Amino acid sequence: MTDLHVQLPGLDLKNPIMPASGCFGFGREYSRFYDLSLLGAVIMKAATGEVRPGNPTPRVAETEGGMLNAIGLQNPGVDQIISEEVPFLSRFDTEIIANVAGSTLEEYETVAGKFNAAPQVKALELNISCPNVKEGGVQFGTDPAMAKEVTKKVKAVSDKPVYVKLSPNVTDIVQIAKAVEEAGADGLTMINTLTGMQIHLPSKRPLIANQTGGLSGPAIKPIAIRMIYEVRRAVDLPIIGMGGIRTAEDVLEFLLAGADAVAVGTANFQNPLILPELIRDLPLVLEKYGFRSVTEATGKAVMN
Amino acid sequence: MKNVKMKLIASRKIAENTYEWKLTDDYITQRARPGQFIYIAVPGFTLRRPISIADVDQENEQFTILFKVVGKGTEQMAHFPPGMTVDCLGPNGNGFPLEMEKMGRALLIGGGIGVPPLHYLAKELVQKGMDVTAVIGFQSKADVFYEGEFAELGETILVTDDGSYGKKGYVTDALPDPSDFDVYFSCGPRGMLKNVQHLLKDKTGYLSLEERMGCGVGACAACVIPTNTKAGHKKICHDGPVFSAKEVLL
Repeated sequence: MTDLHVQLPGLDLKNPIMPASGCFGFGREYSRFYDLSLLGAVIMKAATGEVRPGNPTPRVAETEGGMLNAIGLQNPGVDQIISEEVPFLSRFDTEIIANVAGSTLEEYETVAGKFNAAPQVKALELNISCPNVKEGGVQFGTDPAMAKEVTKKVKAVSDKPVYVKLSPNVTDIVQIAKAVEEAGADGLTMINTLTGMQIHLPSKRPLIANQTGGLSGPAIKPIAIRMIYEVRRAVDLPIIGMGGIRTAEDVLEFLLAGADAVAVGTANFQNPLILPELIRDLPLVLEKYGFRSVTEATGKAVMN
Repeated sequence: MKNVKMKLIASRKIAENTYEWKLTDDYITQRARPGQFIYIAVPGFTLRRPISIADVDQENEQFTILFKVVGKGTEQMAHFPPGMTVDCLGPNGNGFPLEMEKMGRALLIGGGIGVPPLHYLAKELVQKGMDVTAVIGFQSKADVFYEGEFAELGETILVTDDGSYGKKGYVTDALPDPSDFDVYFSCGPRGMLKNVQHLLKDKTGYLSLEERMGCGVGACAACVIPTNTKAGHKKICHDGPVFSAKEVLL
C-alpha cells in the first residue's frame, strides 16, 4: 500500500495534493463536483485587509500551453473570508491554508493577525508574488530585503506556520528563499506565475486589460522544476511545489525535484475533477517508479 | 452542472464562419434553460470554450449550439467530425428568467453570435403563451442564420450592418415601439447591449453577457462584470450570463 501521507509544519496532509490559491476560490464551486475531504489541503484565494474589486476585464487570455491571468486579487476582504468562507471549508476533513496578501507591511500584518485568530486555519501562505497588482504583491517578493522584512512582520503576529510563496520573476530565486528562511519562514510554496504579455493582432492591443498577466499552465512547468531543485539544495525549508501540474507523473517530477507536496491551479479549469484524479493515480505512478511513499520520493532526482 | 462526455451528432456550416452542432446528452437536455451555456474542451487548448444553447429537443435527447470561428480553438471545433465525443461542462450559468408575471409581450434583441440563445428563449416563451417579437442583426447577408426559425415563432425584424439583407443598420435602429412590450431580452456584442440598455432604460429587461472565461464555474473570478448591487462585481459564468439590465454597469 503506497503511503500518500505527508507531515509538514502545521499541516497533517492525508495526501500531497491541494488546489493552488486563486484557482479554486474558497472551494464552494468545486465542492459541487466532489467531496473536498478527499484533498490533502485547500489553499484559499488571497485575502486582503479590505474588499478588492480586482482588475478590469479581460482578465484571462489563453496561450500556447497555458494562460495569462490578471485577476488583481479580487476578494471580499479578510473579515468576510473568516466569517463566511472558512466555516464553509471547515465542514470538510481537509487542512485549510489562508493566502495572505496586501499593499503595505501593515496590511500583511493585519490580515495575518486575523487569520491567526481563526482556529480552523492551519497555516498561512504569504503572497509576496502576485504580479497583477500595482502596489504590494510582487514588489515584496522580488527584493530579498523586503521579502525578509514582510516575512518577519508576519511571523511576529502569527503562531501558525508561514509558507512564503515565491515569485519566479527574479534573477536568483535562491537568494529570496534564503532571505525568507533567515526571517523565520516555516516553508515555501513555489512558483507563482511568470509575468507575460500577449498582443491581439487586429486591435494591436494586449489581450489582457491589465496589459500584462501571470503565465501559468504546462508552459511553466520546467521552470518550476528547475527552481524547486535549486532552492531545495540551498535551504532546509519544506516546499509545496506548483506550476503546470496536470498528471500524476508531473506530481512525481515535482517530488523528485524536491517538493514535499504540490498544488494544482490551471488544470482545474480544464478538468474540474483533476485533483481527485491525481489522488487516485499518484499511488500507481509512485509504485511504477519504485516508491512506497510520497516522502520517499521527495528530493530523489539524480543529477548527471 | 457536471462534466459530461457527449456525442456530436451533426455539424454543419450555417453561415459565414458559423457552425451549428447537434449533440446528444440527456443530462443536458433535461436541465438546460434558455440562456445557459456549455463549456467545451478543445484538445490541445488550456481553456474551454463557452457556447450558448440554441435549442433543446427533449424527446430525442438532443440539443443545438451555434458557434463562430474566431480563433484556433473554434477553428478546430469546426473540424470535429460527427460521431466524435465532446467533453463538456454544463449546463452552466443562470439562464433567462421565465417565471415572471406580466410578461405577455416580449421583445428579443440579438446581434451576431448573440442570436442563438434567444432562439431557445423564444421557443420557451411562445410555449408559455407569450407573444414574441425578435429583432436580429448581422454584419452582412452571408452572416445571417435562423431567420426562418425566428419567423415561425413571431414577428421577426432582420437587419444587416451593410444593408445587404433585411433593413440596413443596427438592431438599435430597428427597434419597435417599446411601449408595446412588457419585457425585453438581449444578447450580442457589448456595445450593442450598452445601447439597448440605454434606449430601453425604462423597461424591464435582461442582458446576456459574454467574456473571456477561466474556470467557467465561478471559482477564478476572471469573467466579472461591475454591478450597482451590494455584491459589486458579479461573475458572468456563475451569477450570469444573464443579468437584469438595471444592475449591470456596461
